[in-house]
Amino acid sequence: MSRLQVVSGKGGTGKTTVAAALALALATEGKRTLLVEVEGRQGIAQLFETEALPYEERKIAVAPGGGEVYALAIDAELALLDYLQMFYKLGGAGRALKKLGAIDFATTIAPGVRDVLLTGKACEAVRRKDRNGRFVYDYVVMDAPPTGRITRFLNVNDEVAGLAKIGPIHNQAQAVMRVLKSPETAVHLVTLLEEMPVQETADGIAELRAARLPVGRVVVNMVRPEVLDGDGLELATAVPRSSIARALSSAGLGGARRGGHAERLVDPLLAQAEEYAERYALETEQRAVLTDLDVPLHELPLLAEGMDLAGLYQLARELREQGMS
Amino acid sequence: MSRRPEPAQAQDPARHRLSPTRTLDIDPLIEDPATRIVVCCGSGGVGKTTTAAALGLRAAERGRKVVVLTIDPARRLAQSMGIDSLDNTPRRVKGIDDSAGGELHAMMLDMKRTFDEIVEGHADPDRAAAILGNPFYQSLSAGFAGTQEYMAMEKLGQLRSRDEWDLIVVDTPPSRSALDFLDAPKRLGSFLDGKLIRVLLAPAKVGGRAGMKFLNVGMSMMTGALGKVLGGQLLKDVQTFVAAMDSMFGGFRTRADATYKLLQAPGTAFLVVAAPERDALREAAYFVERLAAEEMPLAGLVLNRVHGSGADRLSAERALAAAENLEDSRIVDQVDGKAGLRNSPETYGSSESLAPTGSLAPTGSPDPAGSPDPAESPAHTEDTADADSPETTDADADRSVDRLTAGLLRLHAERMRLLSREQRTRDRFTALHPEVAVTEVAALPGDVHDLAGLRDIGDRLAADRPELPETP
Repeated sequence: MSRLQVVSGKGGTGKTTVAAALALALATEGKRTLLVEVEGRQGIAQLFETEALPYEERKIAVAPGGGEVYALAIDAELALLDYLQMFYKLGGAGRALKKLGAIDFATTIAPGVRDVLLTGKACEAVRRKDRNGRFVYDYVVMDAPPTGRITRFLNVNDEVAGLAKIGPIHNQAQAVMRVLKSPETAVHLVTLLEEMPVQETADGIAELRAARLPVGRVVVNMVRPEVLDGDGLELATAVPRSSIARALSSAGLGGARRGGHAERLVDPLLAQAEEYAERYALETEQRAVLTDLDVPLHELPLLAEGMDLAGLYQLARELREQGMS
Repeated sequence: MSRRPEPAQAQDPARHRLSPTRTLDIDPLIEDPATRIVVCCGSGGVGKTTTAAALGLRAAERGRKVVVLTIDPARRLAQSMGIDSLDNTPRRVKGIDDSAGGELHAMMLDMKRTFDEIVEGHADPDRAAAILGNPFYQSLSAGFAGTQEYMAMEKLGQLRSRDEWDLIVVDTPPSRSALDFLDAPKRLGSFLDGKLIRVLLAPAKVGGRAGMKFLNVGMSMMTGALGKVLGGQLLKDVQTFVAAMDSMFGGFRTRADATYKLLQAPGTAFLVVAAPERDALREAAYFVERLAAEEMPLAGLVLNRVHGSGADRLSAERALAAAENLEDSRIVDQVDGKAGLRNSPETYGSSESLAPTGSLAPTGSPDPAGSPDPAESPAHTEDTADADSPETTDADADRSVDRLTAGLLRLHAERMRLLSREQRTRDRFTALHPEVAVTEVAALPGDVHDLAGLRDIGDRLAADRPELPETP
């Protein structure tokens, strides 16, 4: 099992949720995981229903069986000041640089520096050991940028290493790349059973493979329950309306006669079934596309009551049962 | 501001309406010649691009000359509009109804090309070549945080200044957060204009500046520190880049400011796009607040993918109970229990699967075990059509109808739960921002990838009014 688990996905697919559920699942039974956020959205804090996360590793949840989940919102600017202090004792100069806009420049506009800082911090957490020489975190889960940008984000160290041909940034970039391209890392993509996210997932996997970044698994999120299967849907188009009205009536939903309560339910119910059938066909199609990608596939159910903390634990259990952790 | 009485809507079973405060009228907005720019913004995955394209098409078919600037359209949607190749110029979309005299043009943003064109347009050829060949520029232009947003703004400014179109509809980039769209141009602008630039340029200019000794000392310290951190070569590249672009910085800043002002002007309308989901609406609320703080004109909220039900008076609970009832009677009917196994009610979760025996008595069939043929229940007495069929086939058919009906009811229960979830999310937004006008777009089961689909979305966008009952 890779120790750095990167979770990406198209916007709106729930990648933060999946990353959090994965961190919980991996922490189960006494393990310790670190869940890192790199985009400054405070999505983790919202998910765990806590206040905004500072730039500091902080315990945010306890996993079943005594494990712990820590969380960290990596802030590129603070990470850079950290580095300056750590490696160059540049505390004061760091402040001066900040005043000049250099920090802002380096973290928002300078090519790749921001991404190097973010991935660098995550890799540092992966490699960090305590006094006894044991890893501080068993796993690090990163809530990464969306599929469209993930390869560039992870691969940026390569680019920077090429750009800064010597010097500490070069060394740092190379060290990070060694972790990211090794089996120590797995990049997972979250998708929905819809055309665009599936297409992006396919594109994303091709890009990751081309960059020799380790593709992990595809997680299909928010899968709706199969209420009617193909046979049932076929039947829905064949059965006379009056029979359905009678069945509704026998279930206590009013009269089956024309204009009766049960009879008036038939059209709307069949209309909903038709929409369901159309969606069902699309989903079957998209599932086939995903299967062809030749990457292990996991499915997480749509939570009927919406996403909350209890739901997060439920998804973590699902991931565990499906062997993703 | 409310224009119509609300209570009537609750009576309308045709559509499950989420208590709107104000209705956003799309047609008057896009038909008004004073509206020159419509910006669609919102978080990723809520249908911004589709909304922008549908609005553009609708406006064009109502007689306006429209250009739609999209950022990252779905492949098939782009193909259907004829903009699947990236050439960074608007192209006329064929196949629209131009009887009202309108035109639709569309383009997909190529941010690197947009950036290159700025460089080429504002520097002499030698200098432009130096910039375009600089590795620093190449990385910057190819897509680091903020560049896409900045270039979208830049392109919008260009399109507007050409003045060839009555209406420009802009889709915004799928940013980390919707707010980046407003922040990035400013950030880039302020960087390009900032003190750091002067510091980095210092080695080339030291002799030329009098009275700046203090700064010079500071600068050599800074460049020394930067060199240490970044590595000498990188710093040199940065300096070359910065020196080469120096002449253009004023231009960047001026245009960023001009575009910003353009967005605040009365001819601009922002539409915040969202889906009735917690995260999307939270982003929408942030955006509404931010637009107000920046004095940008918000027209309203487009709420995509809202679900409805024609049978919304049948609650999820009753539908589930009825479904169980149908499934239970089948289990009891089938002597060998096969149906019970095949049609296990487990699919819906634990609470329902507890029901089998308990729910029989209260819900209806007076003597389930004794009446294998459901045709004997009151509802069936009026019907004689099936009477000729052999009894076994009849019972089989009835069972499969029961099974189907139970499935329909479970589907309905799922739909009703979705409706109430959407309503809760939506109510939270409305409570925060009752002043925001809203239009709801009913969910489509499939994806949109042709003009007919866009037209349908356009109808749905504008359909808020006709569905409201007329006031006497």
